[in-house]
Parts: sequence; C-alpha cells; structure tokens
Amino acid sequence: MPSTAQPAALSGRRLPNLWDFVALCCVVGALVAVAAAFRGTLVPLDALESTPIDLDPGRLPEYALRTTLRMFAALVASILFTLTYAPLAAKSRRAGQIMVPVLDILQSVPILGFLSFTVAFFMNLFPGRVLGLELAAIFAIFTSQAWNMAFSFYQSLTTIPADLDEATRLYRLTTWQRFWRLEVPFAMPGLVWNTMLSMSAGWFFVVASEAITLGDNTWKLPGIGSYVAAALEKQDITAVFWAIGAMLLVILAYDQLLFRPLVAWSARFRFETTASATAEDPWMLALLRRTTLLRLAGDAIERAFGAFTGLRLGRPAATVSRRRAASRLNDAVFAVLVAAAVGAALWQVVDYVAGALTWADLRETLFLGSLTLLRVVVLIVLASLLWVPVGVWLGLRPAWARRVQPLAQFLAAFPANLLFPPFVVLIVRFHLNADVFLTPLMVLGTQWYILFNVIAGAAAFPGDLREAADNFRVGGWLWWRRVMLPGILPYYVTGALTASGGSWNAAIVAEVASWGNTRLEAHGLGAYIAQATDAGDFHRIVLGVVTMSLYVVVFNRLLWRPLYAYASRRTNLG
Amino acid sequence: MDATVSVPLLQVRGCRQAYHKDSSADLVVLDDVNMTLQTGEIVSLLGRSGSGKSTLLRIVSGLLTPTAGEVTWRGEKLRGPAAGVAMVFQSFALFPWLTVQENVEIGLEAQGVPRAEREQRAEEAIDLIGLGGYESAYPKELSGGMRQRVGLARALVVHPDLLLMDEPFSALDVLTAETLRTDLIDLWMEGRLPIKSILMVTHNIEEAVLLCDRILVFASNPGRVAQEIRVPFPHPRNRLDPAFRQLVDDIYAVMTRRTPTQAPAPVAPADAPFATNLHHVSTNLLAGLMEALAGPPYEGRADLPALAGSLQLEADELLPLGETLQLLRFAELEEGDIRLTETGRQFANADTDDRKKLFGAALLAHVKLAAAIRRTLDERWNHRASAVRFRDELEDHMSPDYAEETLRAIIAWGRYAELFSFDEEAQQFSLEDIETAA
Repeated sequence: MPSTAQPAALSGRRLPNLWDFVALCCVVGALVAVAAAFRGTLVPLDALESTPIDLDPGRLPEYALRTTLRMFAALVASILFTLTYAPLAAKSRRAGQIMVPVLDILQSVPILGFLSFTVAFFMNLFPGRVLGLELAAIFAIFTSQAWNMAFSFYQSLTTIPADLDEATRLYRLTTWQRFWRLEVPFAMPGLVWNTMLSMSAGWFFVVASEAITLGDNTWKLPGIGSYVAAALEKQDITAVFWAIGAMLLVILAYDQLLFRPLVAWSARFRFETTASATAEDPWMLALLRRTTLLRLAGDAIERAFGAFTGLRLGRPAATVSRRRAASRLNDAVFAVLVAAAVGAALWQVVDYVAGALTWADLRETLFLGSLTLLRVVVLIVLASLLWVPVGVWLGLRPAWARRVQPLAQFLAAFPANLLFPPFVVLIVRFHLNADVFLTPLMVLGTQWYILFNVIAGAAAFPGDLREAADNFRVGGWLWWRRVMLPGILPYYVTGALTASGGSWNAAIVAEVASWGNTRLEAHGLGAYIAQATDAGDFHRIVLGVVTMSLYVVVFNRLLWRPLYAYASRRTNLG
Repeated sequence: MDATVSVPLLQVRGCRQAYHKDSSADLVVLDDVNMTLQTGEIVSLLGRSGSGKSTLLRIVSGLLTPTAGEVTWRGEKLRGPAAGVAMVFQSFALFPWLTVQENVEIGLEAQGVPRAEREQRAEEAIDLIGLGGYESAYPKELSGGMRQRVGLARALVVHPDLLLMDEPFSALDVLTAETLRTDLIDLWMEGRLPIKSILMVTHNIEEAVLLCDRILVFASNPGRVAQEIRVPFPHPRNRLDPAFRQLVDDIYAVMTRRTPTQAPAPVAPADAPFATNLHHVSTNLLAGLMEALAGPPYEGRADLPALAGSLQLEADELLPLGETLQLLRFAELEEGDIRLTETGRQFANADTDDRKKLFGAALLAHVKLAAAIRRTLDERWNHRASAVRFRDELEDHMSPDYAEETLRAIIAWGRYAELFSFDEEAQQFSLEDIETAA
C-alpha cells in the first residue's frame, strides 16, 4: 500500500549504516577508474599504434570500462540533443515541418555506412590525437540513439494533455519552468524506455566503431570491439569467447545498475489517474533509497535541481493567438528558402556522385538492394514463424513470461556482431555458401524484438476474451486467426518493424565476414557499402547508403506504417 | 460599499469568437456576449455542451483571445493570463508527478515566491480546504473529490481576485460533488476564501441555482447569452423549497424554448440537408425514454426536471434526447415539459421490426441528411458513397467536431433503422445487407 512508504522515509535514522560503506567504496572506485580511462584519450595517436590490443583476458576489464565510458558519453550527448532538438521542432511550426521529416529519415539511414566520413571529420578536428577517434566512435553510438530518443520526446511534446497545458499557462509558468515541470516529466516514461531500446543499438555500434578502417589505415581504440577484431585477425576463438563473456557482464551491470532503477523510477511520471499495482523496487533503487548517505545526497541534489528548474527564466506563455495574414508572407519566404536549400543539396549530391559514377552503378546498387531486401523479408518471416507461437505461449503463462521477458530484452541488447565469429568459423570450416549462411546473422540480434513484443502483447491480452474463446470452445487455427493474432497484432508490428530496421543496419556488418585471412562475402547492398568503405571510395559509399536509406524508407512507408495504423485501428474498442 | 463597486472586476463587451474557414462563412462559436462581474458575487454560465460557455471562460481567463470584442480586467484590457485569476478544471489538471504540496505550490513558484513562504502558504491552503496530512501524497493516491480539493487549494493559494471554475463538480459522483459544493459555499459565506468573486461554468441547473447569485443562461448555435436570471435566495439554500423548484423549472423552460432567431431567418435554403447538427444519442436511450413517457405515471406527458430526477439524467443529457425526439416528431418540448406525439406512442407500443420501420420513416421524412444519403445510394449504380463527401459538406455549415458528431449520429440511426450500412474501414455508406423495397 502506498502510504506505508511515508513514515519510513520520514524516520530520523540519519546515522550511516553498512550500506553507506559499500556505497562509498563503489563511488570512489568508479571515480578513479573513470579518471584513468579519460587520461587515455589525450595521448597522441602514435601511442595508440605502438600499443596494440592485448588478447590477454586480464586486460578485458580495462577494455570493457573504456567501451562502457564511450557508451556513457554518447548517452549524455544524445540526451542533450534530445532536450534541444525536439522542443525546437515541436514549438515552431515552420521548424517542425523540416525537422520532423529529417529525424524520420535519419532514423532509417544506416549510419554505419557513414563511419568513414565521420572518422575523417573528427580526425581533422583533433589531428594526431586519439580524441578524434574517440569522438568518431562516440558519434557513431550517438547516431544510433539520438534520433529515436528525440522522436519519442517530440511525440510526447505534441501530445501534452490540454488541461495541463492550460494550467501551466494560467498559472503563468515561464517557458523554463514549463519545460521542467510539465514537458520533461510528461515525456519521461517514453524517453527512458526509448533510451533503453536505443542502448541495444548502441552496443552494436560501439563494437563496430572501435576498430576503424579508413583507406589504408586501421586504428583500434582500446575496447571490447577492438579486442574481438584483433582476435579475428589472429584466429583466436578463445579470446572471442572471453570477449563475449565480458560483454555479457557489462550489459548485465548496465541493466541492473542503471536501467532497471531508471524504469522503476520513471513509473511515477506515468500519466495515469489511477494508482496501478506497483512492482517491487529493483535492488539498486532500493539501495539508493535506503542508504542514508545516498538518500541525503539524493535529497540535496533533488532540492538543488528543483531550485534550478524552478528559475523564472523566459517568459510566461502568451495566449493562443490566431494566425495572422502577415505570417502567410513569412510562410512564402520560408518555403522559398527551403526550396532553395533542397535544390542546392540535391545539386551537390548529384554533382558529387555523378562525377565518378554512372547509371550502371545505380542499377547495380538497386539490384543489390533488392537482394538484401529479399534477405530481410525472408528472415523476418522465418523469425516470426518461430517466435510468434513461442511468444504467445510464454505470454499467456505469466510465471514464464516474467522470467523470459527480461532475458529476451537482454538478448536484444547484446551486440550480435560479437556473436558472428563462431558462425563464421563454422561457415569457413564446412565451406558453406556465404550467400545463404551469412544471412541469418542479420537477424541474430534483432529477432528478440519480435519475441519480447509478442510476449508483452500476449500477456496484455484481456482475460475475459480468452475466457470467452474457451467458453465457445474456439480452438486450433480458428483461435489463432480470430482471437490471438488480431490481439497481438499491434505489438507484433512494433516488434517486426524494429527488427527489420535493425536488420538493414546489420547487413553492413553481416554480409561481409572474415576469419584470419579468409574473407566471406555475400551479394548485397551491405557488402557493397562495406567494400566501398574498405576501399575508401567515398562516391560508392554515398550511393550505397542513399540507396539503402531509400529502400528502408519506402519499405517503412509502404508496409509497416499502414500495417501499424490498421492494427491499432482495428484492435481498439471505441 | 466602497468605491470599487463602480469599477467592475471584469467586463466583457461585444465578445465574439469565430473560427475562420476558407471555403465558406466563419463558424461562430460565441456571438455578441456582454457580461459584467462585480466584487462579491458568484455567477454561473449555464448552458448545454457546445453553447460556448467554456470558450467564454477561457477568454475571460486570458487563455484565448476573442476574435472581436473586449475584455477588461479591473479596468484594463486583458492581455493573456492575468495575475489575480485562478482556475479550477473539470479534469482537475493536476500534475501526476508532483505531490499535493508541489502541485499547490506551482502557481507561487511561477511568481517567484521564496521557498519558505511558498511552503507556508501552500500548507495553509491545504489545511483550509481540508486536506491536511495529504501533503506528500501523489494525486493518483487520492479519490476524485480529494483531487478536486487539491485543484481548489492550488487556485486559492495564489490569492486570486477571481476564481474561475470549469464544471468543477461534473467529474465527481453525486455525493462527493454535494459535499464539495457545501464546503465551498460555507467557506465563501464565512469569508474565509481569499477571493473576491467566482465565475463558474456548469450544465447542472440545480447546481447553478444552489450556488450562484446570478445565472447567465446560454443558447447554442451560435453561443450567446439567452437570459440573465438573478437568484434571490439567501444561503444556505434548500433544494426542496418550492421557490427553488420553481426557479429550476423556469430555467428548464428557458433552455427548451425554441430559439426565436432560427425560425424567422432561414439563412440556409430549405433543401440544404447539411445545416442541422444532430446529437449523437443512442437509439436505445431514445426508445427507453419513449417507453418511460408512454407508461405510468407520465401517460405521455412529463415535467422535464421531474423526469430528469427520476431517470437520473442531467439536463445536459436529457435535453439532447428530448430535442432528437422533437426533431423526429416523436415528441414535443414546450415550457419545460415533454409530450409524446401519436407516432411516439405507436413506437413505444410496437415490436422491434415495427419500431425500426417507424424510426426509418421518421428519419427519411424529418432528417434531411438521412434522406440525402439514402437518395445518393439509390442513385448510384454500385449503391456506395464515401462519407468524406458528406463530412465535407457538413463542415461547410458547422465545426469539424459537430460534423463528426452529426455523421456518427446519422450512421448509428441509419444502421438501426436499416436504411443503409456503413463500412468503417472504407468510410463508405452502402446498401449492403439492406432490403430495398423494390
């Protein structure tokens, strides 16, 4: 019952307890480790080349820490981006007209393909320093998270309940106060959830972006991704397994220490009018809430944060003013400016690509793209055939669902590219067809989205409808067709959409694989981009990435969006 | 009285709110509204949903700028939400992530009141409204009545001169609402509320008579003040007092009176089927009402307030039913009474199939939109017609919300009467599964 928490929090027990000691050690230890890792980023580039990645498992904790910190830096950057970009897009009608579609496209573009550009860019910013490479890696992770998070925040901003909006305006909260008292809290649950999902993509990218090849140069930033890359070169399968183990521990720690507490904490921001059953606090949150020192520190931070966010910056929002005729002129000016910018950008791209490429290249990428599309479709269908029944079975059994659900989310978060090497070894050993057998790698990491969404859907299936189906003895295929499949359709579509998007991205790493000197290549757009990157052929990279984005966007618009709209329309009562 | 009486707290002059439409004439939500609010009075804006009373409240609060006309607040033109005006919302509008205390403090925080003072004033307001002890609770832990008390405390804590209330009790159950009303009026009479006037929006006639000194009755289409009524009774008022009942009856009569502006000025040509907006009321309710009216004790004729009381319907729910019956010539409304017509009586005594036939005939004869849809379907070779077309034409005459409601009403009624079918997915009317009489 909610009221029991109250007296406990107010009790006067302020003496440090055992947990305080534990917590203190953790905090100091973490600070020292971060400081040590940070020093490594300031060394010159030569130092990096003179200290190659050591395959000794004893070095793995250090590498894991470096990888984790990169993740963290990217997360901070993504949050800052989200908190600025989304409000701009939501507040200004004109800015929104451009910024929202841009975000939508950026979500679909396989950024992995652009890695070589960003590396070149950041290397020029900090010539001769490791920092440039670090930033490039962080930027790659950032690109895998930021769009998704910004989109979630934007959607929350546009769905703020009218009465709360009116209340903030009537009580004349300034824009700053409104942002922290209404907009951010309202968006919080969605934001936390999306951040968690984005982290999954982030792990994938951090592993891919640590070992960077640009033309003839290859750099390996200290980290788990580089460790695996080095192991592949040396054909050391034991080291690969060590790395997988380390990654498991890192993700487990992230999940337990950061995200479980965050998700539980964000539940208080859920916009609901009735008190729902609250799950027990995850142990980390309990630790934070029950440790005297930490709680005092937390209270102080909360107080300071409250004062900071309560500052009367900006002005109270004015009335809703009708659009005036004058703004039509501004609209026209704005439209002309946008048209000019688009024209210039198009000309740039065409000019750049046309300089070195011909129509034949375009035809080739389109053909390769359709091969990759075929792979994605076949894999999603196969994964669905497998995981939908399993997910439904699990979802209808709450005891199982509770246990499997975190596991499925965990598997989705695990960077699948770390799991590639064992498969590659098998393919090489048995001389299997690369075109066929490299394909499953694309869904290795993304199939779990289908599973855990279907589990969630089946678990949320109304009990009375199941009873009704049982009562009328609806069974067999009829039960699937009329009862269960329509019931989980919105969840399934969400999962399949995420899975297919992830598979496109994975294609760039999955269609090409190497083991020592053996190189496996499947025919597809992903392999095309990967080859162009290795060769440092920027023209082909641009063409490949643009074509892939085109496929993804068209696929989303023609299939997933209408399907999702249909699913949510048909399965809502009223 | 002192000199402040000469300057009214609030004055609204020639206020008009219209939404501009490119294709046709503007949609007028409020037309030529004049109103004055003095210090020390409680005034209610009473009317049906869609009569523009909530819009007027938002204009007065500064949340909305009127298309034309002027609002003066303490002698000065109102520009945006003013200091000294606080509002209580129908949906409470509490921030679910803030505690009771933090919710109450939010208005003070916006004014930059220092923390210590803020906490003290908030606690005073919370105690005044009877929520002492709940300071650290979150809104979702509270019942509806308690939540509205938080909303009230949040408004009072800023010491507003004018308290605006937007249907403050309509989301609460009957008992809770009554307790809250009594508490409010007690505090007001004892002079313990730090406010000078209250302006409230309601559709509950008894509530208005119970609480207010003055009632502005609103009429719809376009929204305007139909009549101003003074309530002469001293507090505390007794609902069972015959004079109280009589006033309620009178207001019912005002609200059911056929508006004089519609009859003499037929702006729309007689054959325009798209100018009348329909209430989306269920055919079950219509049938139930006719049955109730036909049986004892009413025997075909009932006093609306009494009927509302015994059916446990609010005026806002009963009047659309009555008006729909009137539109279909199943009943007539006059001076606060409802009388079943001969067809209405037939309907009440008929079985399901005959009811459908009677209803269908009434629809085709008296609802031009239904006739137009059916005619279109009969004329088309494939007997199909898109709803988009009808919606567009409706929107030329009414707001999109009304158009949507009208369309939903006609779909529901047409389905019941088996005049036509509707395919939700395709948004199409059709004659599928309809027996066409040769």
